[in-house]
Amino acid sequence: MIPAAFDYKRAGSAEEAIALIGQHGDEAKFLAGGHSLIPLMKLRLAQPTVLVDIGRVKDLSYVKDAGNHIAIGALTRHMDVEKSPVLKQHVPLLAHAASHVGDAQVRHRGTIGGSIAHADPASDLPATTLALGATYVVQGPNGKREIAAKDFYRGFLESALAPDEMLVEIKVPKMNGAGWSFQKFNRRAQDWAIVGVAAWRNNGTSGVALVNMGSTPVLAAAVSAALSSGASVADAANRAADDAEPQSDLNASVEYRTHLAKVLVRRALEEASK
Amino acid sequence: MSITQERTTNVIGQRMLRREDPALLTGEAKFVNDLVIPGALHLAVLRSPYAHARIKSIDVSDAASMPGVVAVYTGKDLHSTWAAPMPCAWPVTPDMKNPAHYPLAVDKACYVGDGVAAVLATSEAASRDALDAIDVVYEPLAAVIDLEDALTDRTIIHESIGTNKSYTWNLKVESAEGAVDKAFKTAAFTVSERYVQQRLIPMAMEPRAVAAVPQPFGGDVTLYSATQVPHILKVMTAITLGIPEHQMRVVAPSVGGGFGSKLDVYAEELLCVALARKHGAPVRWVEERSENTQATIHGRGQIQNIELAADKDGKLTAVRVRLIGDMGAYLQLVTPGVPLLGAFLYGGVYDLPQAYDFSCTSVFTTMTPTDAYRGAGRPEATYAIEVAMDALARTMGIDPYELRKRNYIKKEQFYDAAGNPVGYTAFHGLNYDSGDHLAAAEKAMQHADYTGLRKKQKTQNVPGARKRLGIGMTSYFEMCGLAPSRVLASLNYGAGGWESATVRVLPTSKVQVVTGTSPHGQGHETSWAMIAAEKLGVAPEDVDVLHSDTAIAPLGLDTYGSRSLAVGGVAIAGACDKVIDKARLIAAHQLECAAEDLEFAKGVFSVKGSPDKAVPIAAIAFAAFTAHNLPDGVEPNLEAQYTHDPKNFSWPFGTHICVVEVDTETGKVDVLKYVAVDDCGNQINPLIVEGQVHGGVVQGMAQALYEEAVYDQDGNLKTSNLAEYLVPAACDVPPITTDFTVTPSTTNQLGVKGIGEAGTIGAASAVMNAVIDALSGLGITSLDMPASPNNVWKALQSVQGGKQ
Ligand SMILES: Cc1cc2nc3c(=O)[nH]c(=O)nc-3n(C[C@H](O)[C@H](O)[C@H](O)COP(=O)(O)OP(=O)(O)OC[C@H]3O[C@@H](n4cnc5c(N)ncnc54)[C@H](O)[C@@H]3O)c2cc1C
Repeated sequence: MIPAAFDYKRAGSAEEAIALIGQHGDEAKFLAGGHSLIPLMKLRLAQPTVLVDIGRVKDLSYVKDAGNHIAIGALTRHMDVEKSPVLKQHVPLLAHAASHVGDAQVRHRGTIGGSIAHADPASDLPATTLALGATYVVQGPNGKREIAAKDFYRGFLESALAPDEMLVEIKVPKMNGAGWSFQKFNRRAQDWAIVGVAAWRNNGTSGVALVNMGSTPVLAAAVSAALSSGASVADAANRAADDAEPQSDLNASVEYRTHLAKVLVRRALEEASK
Repeated sequence: MSITQERTTNVIGQRMLRREDPALLTGEAKFVNDLVIPGALHLAVLRSPYAHARIKSIDVSDAASMPGVVAVYTGKDLHSTWAAPMPCAWPVTPDMKNPAHYPLAVDKACYVGDGVAAVLATSEAASRDALDAIDVVYEPLAAVIDLEDALTDRTIIHESIGTNKSYTWNLKVESAEGAVDKAFKTAAFTVSERYVQQRLIPMAMEPRAVAAVPQPFGGDVTLYSATQVPHILKVMTAITLGIPEHQMRVVAPSVGGGFGSKLDVYAEELLCVALARKHGAPVRWVEERSENTQATIHGRGQIQNIELAADKDGKLTAVRVRLIGDMGAYLQLVTPGVPLLGAFLYGGVYDLPQAYDFSCTSVFTTMTPTDAYRGAGRPEATYAIEVAMDALARTMGIDPYELRKRNYIKKEQFYDAAGNPVGYTAFHGLNYDSGDHLAAAEKAMQHADYTGLRKKQKTQNVPGARKRLGIGMTSYFEMCGLAPSRVLASLNYGAGGWESATVRVLPTSKVQVVTGTSPHGQGHETSWAMIAAEKLGVAPEDVDVLHSDTAIAPLGLDTYGSRSLAVGGVAIAGACDKVIDKARLIAAHQLECAAEDLEFAKGVFSVKGSPDKAVPIAAIAFAAFTAHNLPDGVEPNLEAQYTHDPKNFSWPFGTHICVVEVDTETGKVDVLKYVAVDDCGNQINPLIVEGQVHGGVVQGMAQALYEEAVYDQDGNLKTSNLAEYLVPAACDVPPITTDFTVTPSTTNQLGVKGIGEAGTIGAASAVMNAVIDALSGLGITSLDMPASPNNVWKALQSVQGGKQ
């Protein structure tokens, strides 16, 4: 419960943070809300020697209407995502998903950027932004680039971010009134999902992503393909696990997870079709 | 004789807020780790990563030379420090096997978490860092995690005893030789069931913490510990370390819950005291949460085989029980006794004839030692009889409540022919003090709307229903108020069961109550003050309660087994009586009348018949203090000590009803409603009683639906933090309807019984009966705890051939 020794630096801006990370190399890490990183450090599963605290980079905490998409600053706390009127109106699926992250304490500290950068397949917001076809804006020493959510997740807790790159913004397309559903199945209300589903449907198009069904957040492309070729919701839901590689753990065997994914995708599509 | 007493004042029975709470809720209460102890060294314990391994060598040289490290010790280094192995106070049979258990393992580690080396450093961080630098060479051996496999002795854990079996303990009661066999042969119905009580982790909110502070001269040591048992700990540390008992003082400051897990004598307590003496400096230790899941005892861990025999009406004619108890790697303070505490309750609340055959065999495994956990033996017993009763009802095709009604001990059976409350002498010879099971059950049925629910169930549970409704009930008996010393003697327990109290009226008429109980969250200070206030006729705010420091409260047997009120609270009432008796002599002297002519009410002595001749106890306290004018032979000061050795256990009871809905697609169980009707006799503070029921019910529900200490085949604990070990939180628990019947105990003057464990004792079986009730129409008639979604789904798969 006591992390290994580390140095602490506080950055005032994205540029300063990136410069500090550059100076300290591989052993340095960004610290945002700390709600994924600090637990790993306490268990000594992560032992960075330098933490660059970006928690006070205030100008990266925002939710803005940018025309056909909503721009969310990477340092926006889950609670602000949940409560944002702009998101509630234009991307209600994301605001709702944020309300299911952990408990109130976690939501007041954790950031959407930290959640996505951490790339935990069991987290809610990576899969939700994946389902929504989001684009992530990252900034490195040589400036900014954009990465589509579907290209971002590379493996368990691995992403397309370079070590000296910082996630600065999440661009989420407006949902334009699409039907949606967020299904989070867990044993205790405040836990990570055993399986989760984020889904939307609109005039023949759809997006479905799965939480905790593999080493990365999973886009259930087979489900969307089935739907667009006219399959019933029940038939499409049966393809839920086609793109997944679920693992077994204390809460669920592979078989059970696979079954849950199908049930939850069906329920999600039913709700989104209403 | 009436068993309900008229109350002269009205402090007892009020819903008073707990005086403990402001400090607890504002974070001001001081726990062991909050104590500021200048110059303290920090202890850290290196724990075996193997479930079972020979220790080939330990190299501490790197660790010893790290900055801040003062010393590093192995089990070998400290072996000569111990005057005796760690204590087990309950040798249940003369031939019980109890392998020597030392604070640090010497040759062999016997579970993941077994301490193998200790670091002393000037900071907590330095002590933890040094653990990584200790180099231990282990020779891993096979883990033993299956109880039935352990009994084969295929892998022997303790070579010194040559077997994994610790003991077999029998309780066979037959009206005539062969009565049990005969009952089973002639029974109209029998059921034979097997239940597994999974291991549970008590998970007190405050992990353990210890600080030992040696006095500069003379060898005295003060041991601060997050313990439930400062008095037991004092004696046991003295014996284990060979320290004269009067040189040990134990203090339990604010203690954040125990549930039995702090009813023990632990390695770290002994290490802190031994090393504090060795180094002449304070030594402190605080447990990490993950460490707590391994180095603090676990609860439950039993395989139960229970058979019921019944006649054509379902009336029980015999009960046979075969248990295997999981002791874990070593015997802790009362480990072997836990199954015995349940042995008397497998007949439940039923009028069972003398045809009872109980046998428990306990085995060592390579897992964390088990010991008492909230209810200790009694939730297990209640679970077995109550889930088996539902199985019997199903076999007979009758309603489970109807079956219970045919078997309840009747209210009349607690009275003799002349109507005197004599209690009910059960098949095993113990006397149940008082009860009215049907009344409690009826009340629960009304709250739950049982008939309505059964109707709803018929329409809801049709083939293909996505959500099935289940209703489960439990009628329980708790054996608490531990314990009559003579009964403990017959069970071979190494101590008595009395409790001590001193009541002192100070010169300014404020009252001090000194108790030997040791609260750790129950609200004793509030309740004990209420008892003394009621008895002495003073305001509860004028009563201070002193406890949990062996220098202030030298006599006591501490808090566990729902004993504090029924034994310790009654001792306070007894001490108040002695104070009043003495004050009466002084009052009579002042009022120049005979002591017998005085009555005492609301804090005032008055002459019977002439109420204006009166003197308040406050004035007498001052007179006793000045001692200017006391009657001959009366000592100054108004103070009395009283030790209460209960005549009997107390026997709270009640009926709980749980209503669930099971999602047949996902296997998820939702608890819709929970009704608890408990009877703990007279209630001192109903608010505290309800709190105890809530907490207990949630803990029992947690066993049924959430919690399980999971070990893998190599003996690694897979649930070693609160993300993996699922303690339910407030939002996971449904509203609980609590109500009560009041059937006072007839064996103590307050008419009280105890409520600390009742909720836990009733809840697990009520919940599981509800889950099985929901699914039995699909062919599922048994299910292991916890009824997790995955487990329920697996059961559904097995009856539906994988078809949904
Ligand atoms: C008790 C508990 C329950 C939780 N339950 C849930 C849950 O149900 N669902 C869920 O989705 N999550 C849950 N979480 C995780 C929580 O949402 C985290 O806050 C979140 O995943 C990480 O965000 P953070 O801001 O705390 O990141 P941090 O912990 O600060 O950082 C996480 C990682 O991302 C890196 N990082 C952070 N920000 C950036 C950035 N802008 N650019 C590049 N790298 C960055 C860090 O270097 C680190 O490696 C829970 C956490 C806790 C403690």
